Amino acid sequence: MPPTSTLIQVDHVSRDYRLGDTLIRAVNDLSLQVAAGEFLALLGSSGSGKSTLLNLLAGLDRPSSGAIHVRGQNLAALDSPGLARYRRETVGMVFQSFNLLPRMTLEENVELPLRLAEVDRPERSRRVAQALDRVRLSPRAKHRPSELSGGEQQRGALARALVNQPSILFADEPTGNLDSATGEQILLLLREIQDTLGMTMVMVTHERPLAERFANRIAMLSDGRLIDQIALPAGARA
Amino acid sequence: MKPRDLADLAVRNLREAILRNSLTTLGVAVGVASLVAMLSLGVGLQALASQRLAKSGLFDAVFVTSRRDFRGPGDGPPRKNPAPHGNPKPLDEDARQQFAKLPNVVDVYPQIRFFTDIRYNGNSYSTNVLGVPESRTASAFEGLTGKYFSSPTADEAILQTEFAKELSPQTASLIGQELVLRYAQRRTASPDEISKEQDIDKQLDEMMSGGISIVSREKKLRIAGIVDSDPSAGIGGFGGGRVFLPLRIAEQLHAAQPNDVQDFVRGGGSGKPTYAALTVRVKSPKEVTQVEDAIKSQGFSTFSLLDASKSLRLIFTVFDLFLGLFGSLALTVASLGIINTLVMAILERRREIGVLKALGATDGDVRSLFFAEAGAMGFVGGILGVTLGWLIGQALTWGTTIYLRRQDLPGVKISYVPWWLALSAIAFAVAVSLIAGLYPAGRAAKLNPVEALRYE
Repeated sequence: MPPTSTLIQVDHVSRDYRLGDTLIRAVNDLSLQVAAGEFLALLGSSGSGKSTLLNLLAGLDRPSSGAIHVRGQNLAALDSPGLARYRRETVGMVFQSFNLLPRMTLEENVELPLRLAEVDRPERSRRVAQALDRVRLSPRAKHRPSELSGGEQQRGALARALVNQPSILFADEPTGNLDSATGEQILLLLREIQDTLGMTMVMVTHERPLAERFANRIAMLSDGRLIDQIALPAGARA
Repeated sequence: MKPRDLADLAVRNLREAILRNSLTTLGVAVGVASLVAMLSLGVGLQALASQRLAKSGLFDAVFVTSRRDFRGPGDGPPRKNPAPHGNPKPLDEDARQQFAKLPNVVDVYPQIRFFTDIRYNGNSYSTNVLGVPESRTASAFEGLTGKYFSSPTADEAILQTEFAKELSPQTASLIGQELVLRYAQRRTASPDEISKEQDIDKQLDEMMSGGISIVSREKKLRIAGIVDSDPSAGIGGFGGGRVFLPLRIAEQLHAAQPNDVQDFVRGGGSGKPTYAALTVRVKSPKEVTQVEDAIKSQGFSTFSLLDASKSLRLIFTVFDLFLGLFGSLALTVASLGIINTLVMAILERRREIGVLKALGATDGDVRSLFFAEAGAMGFVGGILGVTLGWLIGQALTWGTTIYLRRQDLPGVKISYVPWWLALSAIAFAVAVSLIAGLYPAGRAAKLNPVEALRYE
């Protein structure tokens, strides 16, 4: 069993894909630990396996071999409804392309995880308002995603990820579709939330300066393997 | 997900691709409409036939004749062992009383039918008269103008329209008028009466004629009403007449019946009146067999149309089945439309399904969402279809009525949508839609969230 301070324990995890006759190993015998309250950046070039690893950690995908323990629970052993519950109750997710549903208003998008969790309507309204307030988007609640800027959409996606009060936030290239200034604002917001709520964060990025500036630790991946881990001193964080 | 949230999301999704979903729903509606129109036609025609037959009084009746007289239509070749000659039981008043005492018997009445001469407004018209039993009510007469008999003993007559037109082109003006019925009365004289006869010639005549004499009589009647159609002209029915009288009045007239002569020839004239046939009306068609058996055991011939009724039901069931099958074909085509629409929706909403799964939706949530969308299209299509089907039925009835009126016939309601047909059609549309949604919903539920999120 992983130590109690460890929230996520990855043990010899591999993820294979078959492309015709070719077997592609996107994650190759990777072991890693993430402590509770940590901000971990997964850094690597395209095809290094960082997004695949993030999907495995977020319970969106299953490893071909190995085990991923989150709070002592092995994700690889969970059935489909169990994984759905894990995604619903334990994790929040932010994507590079925001993934807000275009036909819903921002408020309705943020409310979606609460609907899936069958939270009562009055409680839903309260929590949606709180989440939007946290990302400073309350005035845009009734707007559709197409009426929001990229930065606002990502902040909206962040509010949606936080509304279920998850213990871990996974972010897949959250600044990838934003200009550098807006990207920086998003990361500042992420860190503010982490500091305020004491959440554990795992972020995929290929921008080393950003990772060094905001994360506690960087895990470097190449060809599906973990090639290095760099712990950043507290002072390195802006 | 809670049902209300599921419904909310489904409606929102359907509204989003409004044109495509409306067309698919319209497809379902057309399918349901064809099914409803076909079945309503089947139900309507069956109801019409049943109504007509019930009015005819043929299916809850047993027709009794003396064993020597009557052979029903389905009796086949002449009996090899006919009823013993000599003394077949007479179908007289005693027999009538006996039948009336049998359980489940509502009424026993003879068929009183005779030729007459009607005098009206100084003119004379030959026609035939029928007695209408008490157990038949005004509902048996379709298109009755004026009133039904005010009482079973009222000196009133109801005229058949065609005959009424002969009396006066303004048939309505006949109601309340008086007419005179001239008929031949059968007079039966007992040996005592013959012996009391003063005139020796008459005494000899009556002795020679076996005690039967025919005298001309007149009866004044008030015209109570005029009826459009002849209620029935079947065996033992009271149809086939042009002037209808209350049966009791008709009986009191002692008009000469064709069987009087027959009785006289066969029995040498016993002097006791017999009936050509009696109609025994029972509570419901279910009791017909039991009553029929009881009468047969008393030595009379019987006939009922119960078997014909069973065959009729069978024919209509098969008819409905075929109509339903043809109607369902359109709904099957419509269900392909639902499959197509939902499969297209999965392709378009692949990323959305990925997002839902990433946010914690289970496979069941996604499946339910697509099911709800299919069900909603089926439900709305079902309601529209039933309305459309009903309208088609109304149009058919309307068209048929116009055609029949042009042929100088009364209009009929050939299409009928009972509540059970409406509800079943909507339920069927939802069921077919859900079945059509099985494949797309299953496919959507099985989508890998990572692949779905990668989809552009």
